[in-house]
Amino acid sequence: MSTTRSQVFEYERGAAAQELKDDPLHGEAMVLNMGPQHPATHGVLRLVVTLDGETMRDVDADVGYLHRGKEKTCESLGWAKFFPHTDRLDYVQPLANNIAYALSIEKLAGIQVPERGQILRVLLMEVSRIAAHLIYLGTTCIDLGAITMFFACFKERETIYNFLDAYTGHRMNNTYVRIGGVYADLDETSTGILRTWLKDFPRAVDTFEKFLTGNRIWYDRNRNIGIIDRQMALDWSLNGPNLRGAGVDADLRKLEPYSGYERYDFEVPVGTVGDCYDRYLVRVEEMRQSARICVQALDLLEKTKGGEFLSEDRRYVLPPKGDVHRSMEELIFQFKIVTDLRLPKGEAYVPIESSKGELGFYLVSDGTAKPQRCHIRAPGLMNVQAIPILSRGRLLSDMVSLIGSLDFVMGEVDR
Amino acid sequence: MTVTLVTLLKILVIYGGLINVAALMTLAERKVSAWMQFRIGPNRVGPWGVLQPLADGVKFIFKEEFTPEGANKFLFRIAPMLSAVPAMLTVAVLPLAGDIAIPKLGTFDLPFFGPTELGGITTNLSITDLDISVLFVLAVSGLSIYGIILGGWASNSKYSLLGALRASAQMISYELTLMLSLLSIVVMTGSLDLREIATSQATIGQWHIWTQPLAFILFVVATFAETNRHPFDFAECEPELVGGFHTEYSSMKFALFFMGEYCAMAVMSGLTVTFFLGGFGVPFWPDAPWFVELPAFLAKTAFFLFLFIWVRWTLPRFRFDQLMGLSWKWLLNLALFNLFLTGLASALGWF
Amino acid sequence: MLEQYAPILMLLAAVMGFALFNIGLSELVGRRRRAVGKEAAYECGMGSYGTNARLRLSIHFYLVAVLFILFDVEVLLLVPWAVAAKGFGEAGVGMHVFGCVAAFLIVLEVGLAYVWAKGGLTWDR
Repeated sequence: MSTTRSQVFEYERGAAAQELKDDPLHGEAMVLNMGPQHPATHGVLRLVVTLDGETMRDVDADVGYLHRGKEKTCESLGWAKFFPHTDRLDYVQPLANNIAYALSIEKLAGIQVPERGQILRVLLMEVSRIAAHLIYLGTTCIDLGAITMFFACFKERETIYNFLDAYTGHRMNNTYVRIGGVYADLDETSTGILRTWLKDFPRAVDTFEKFLTGNRIWYDRNRNIGIIDRQMALDWSLNGPNLRGAGVDADLRKLEPYSGYERYDFEVPVGTVGDCYDRYLVRVEEMRQSARICVQALDLLEKTKGGEFLSEDRRYVLPPKGDVHRSMEELIFQFKIVTDLRLPKGEAYVPIESSKGELGFYLVSDGTAKPQRCHIRAPGLMNVQAIPILSRGRLLSDMVSLIGSLDFVMGEVDR
Repeated sequence: MTVTLVTLLKILVIYGGLINVAALMTLAERKVSAWMQFRIGPNRVGPWGVLQPLADGVKFIFKEEFTPEGANKFLFRIAPMLSAVPAMLTVAVLPLAGDIAIPKLGTFDLPFFGPTELGGITTNLSITDLDISVLFVLAVSGLSIYGIILGGWASNSKYSLLGALRASAQMISYELTLMLSLLSIVVMTGSLDLREIATSQATIGQWHIWTQPLAFILFVVATFAETNRHPFDFAECEPELVGGFHTEYSSMKFALFFMGEYCAMAVMSGLTVTFFLGGFGVPFWPDAPWFVELPAFLAKTAFFLFLFIWVRWTLPRFRFDQLMGLSWKWLLNLALFNLFLTGLASALGWF
Repeated sequence: MLEQYAPILMLLAAVMGFALFNIGLSELVGRRRRAVGKEAAYECGMGSYGTNARLRLSIHFYLVAVLFILFDVEVLLLVPWAVAAKGFGEAGVGMHVFGCVAAFLIVLEVGLAYVWAKGGLTWDR
C-alpha cells in the first residue's frame, strides 16, 4: 500500500505535536485549519498549521479546493472553444492567459501573427500585468491591515477595467485574443483612456510607495520575512517576481522574447535579500516598467496604424464577424474553425512571463479536433510550494505577509 | 433629595450621551473611512445615513443567536457584558464641565417623598467626583480584559482562544505604560483627582501636552493598544484570526463587544483631553460657564476620536511580537525614564 | 466620604440593566433555527482537529502575565510617592525621597534589563 500525501502530513504533524508535548516549556500543539474559508488565504487555499503559542511548528499547504478540471476541459472541448476557459485560470489577468494559450497553438499550427497584432498583445499583457500587480498590492495591504491602500489600488485598476471595457467590451474574462492575433483593432476612445491613465499612473505608484516603502510598520512586517535565497528559488522552481526578488535575473521577456518583446526598452528589477519586502519592491518597479512598455506599445501602434492585426490564414484563424454574416464562405470557415479545428501533429510549449511567473500551455496534438494533452504550467502552483518551507518556525502573523507576497491566484493553482 | 435627583439626571444624560457617542462613532468610522477610500459610505438610512446605527441596532436584536458546541454557556453569555460594563462605567468620573448652579425651583409634592424643596445647589458636570478617580479609571478599565479573555476561552474555538490570548497579553503590557505615563502627571499635579488635574491646567501654556510631551505620546499609544484599536487590533486581526475573540459571537452579544470598544475609545479620548489638553478648560477664557466648557471638552475629545479612526484607516498592522516588543522594550523604558525625569524635576522644585 | 461612590453604583445598575436588557431582548426575539454544523466552532469550513480548543498554552503568555504582575505591583508602590512628591519638595525632603524612588526605579529598570537579556521578551523562539 502506498503512502498518501495526507498520511505524510499526518505523520509530520504528529511528530511536531509529540515534540511539543514532551517539552514542558511549550504549549500543546494546536492544529489549526487556516482556510479554505479564511480571509487571508486569497481564495481557497487550505493550510493546516501546527501552532505552539504564536509560532508555527509545522505547516501543510493543501491545494485543490478550486479544482475545475480545466486541462481535461480543454482536451474534451477542442482547440478553439477553450479560450473562454483560460480567462478563468488566473482571473486577475485574463488576457495574459489568452495570449499564452494562443501562442502555443500558433506555434503548433505555424501561424505568424502580424506585427500590429503582436504590439496589441504586448499592450494587453502589460496592462494585465499592472492590473494583477495592483491586486497583489491591494490584497497584501488588506492582509497587513492597510485597508485604504486596497481602495487606492482598485481605483487604478478601475481605470484599467474601463479601458478594457471600452476596448474589449468586457471588464473581466475578456476572451479577446484569437488564434493569429486579436479580435479587433484599438479604437480612439480606448487609446484616449489608456493614454490619460498612463500619464497619471507613475504618480499613483509614487503615492503607493509614499504610503508603504518608508512606513516602519510595513517595513517591519515584510523585511526578513520569508527569505528565499537564490538556490532555494531555483531548486523549487519558483518564478516570476518571487524568483527575481531572490536575486535571479530571470525574465522570459528578456531571455526568450515572444511577441516581439525584444523591441521594447524596459528593465527587469531584481531583489537582493529575497524577503517579502524585496518582492514588494520588485512588483512595484515592474508596474512602472510595464507602464513604460505600454507607452512604447502605444507609440508603435501610432506608427503601424491601419496595419493587419489578425492573420488571414483561414485554416486556423476565425474570419471577421462582419464577413461571417455576409459571406457563405466565411460562415463555413467560422463553423469549421469553432467546431472542428484540426492542428498538425506535434507538441508545443511557449512560456510567457505572466505577472506570477512562467505561464505556459503544453499542448500535444494528434491531428484530431481535440488536443491529446493540455498541460497548464501554472506559476502559482510552484509558488505555493514555498509556503510550508518558509513559514515553519515563524509567527502566525508572518503567514499573511508570506501568502500576500508569494502572490498566487487559486484559480490558476488548482485549475 | 435634590442631590439624588440631580445624580440620576446626570447619569441619564452622561450615560445616554456616551452610548450615543458610541453609536455615532460606528457611523463616523464608516463615513470617514469612506471619504478616505473614495467611497460614499452609508447614505440610505436617514439623511447622510445618520440613522444607520439605529438600523444596525435593530438588526442586531433580530439576528440569530447561537452558542458553539462545547462552549461554556454561562461564561459565553456574560463575557460581552464583562467587556462592555467596565468600559461604560469609567465615564462616571470623567469631568465634562465645571460647576453648574441650579437655582431654587420651589417646593414640589413628590410621590413617596411628600413635599420636597428642589434646586438651590451647585453641582459638577460629572457623575461623581472621587479623590482617587485616576486609580478608579485604571482599575475599572483594566477589568474589561476579563470579558475578552473569557469570551475567547468560553467559545471553545481555536481562533477565539488565540485572539483572547493575544488581546490579554497586549492589554496588560500596555497597561504598565499607561499607568507610568499617568504617574508623571500625578507627580506634577500632586493629585489623583481628574477634576483637579483638569483645573490645574488653567491656561494653554499649562497644558500637560507641553510639559509632558513624552508622557502624552506614550499615553496616546497606550490608549490605542488598550482599546484594541488599529494598529494594535490583535484581538480581532481579521486576516489572521478571522474574528479573534468574537469569532463565535453573533447578534447583540457581538454588538456589546463593540459598544464596549467604542465607549472605551470615547472615555479614553476624554481622559487624554483631561490629562493633557486642559480637560474642559476653554482656551483664553478661564471662567467660562459650563455650557461653553462642555462643547470645548467635546470638541477636544472629538479630535482624539477622529485620530482613532484616522490611524485605523491609514496604517498597516503590527506583528504580535513587534507589538509586545514595542511595549516592553521601548514604551516601558521610556515611561520609566520620563517618570525619573519628572521626579527629579519635582525634587529640584522646578514646578 | 463613601457617598461619592453611590452614583457609581447607580451607574453600574444602569449599565448592567442596559447590557442585560439588550442581550435578553435579542435572545427573546432573535430567530433560532438549528442546523447540522451550525453550532460547530468556526475553523474555516473544515472539521476541527480535536473537539477541545482549550489546550495547554505556550509559556510565553504566562510569562507576560507574571511580568505584568511584578511590574504592576511596583508601579502601584510608586503611586503614593507620586501624589506626595510635591509635598516632599515643599517640606524640604524632596531630594532625599527622590533618591529612594530613583533607586527603586533603577532596580525596576535592572529587573527589566535582566528579563530582556534572559530572552523573556523575545517571542520568536
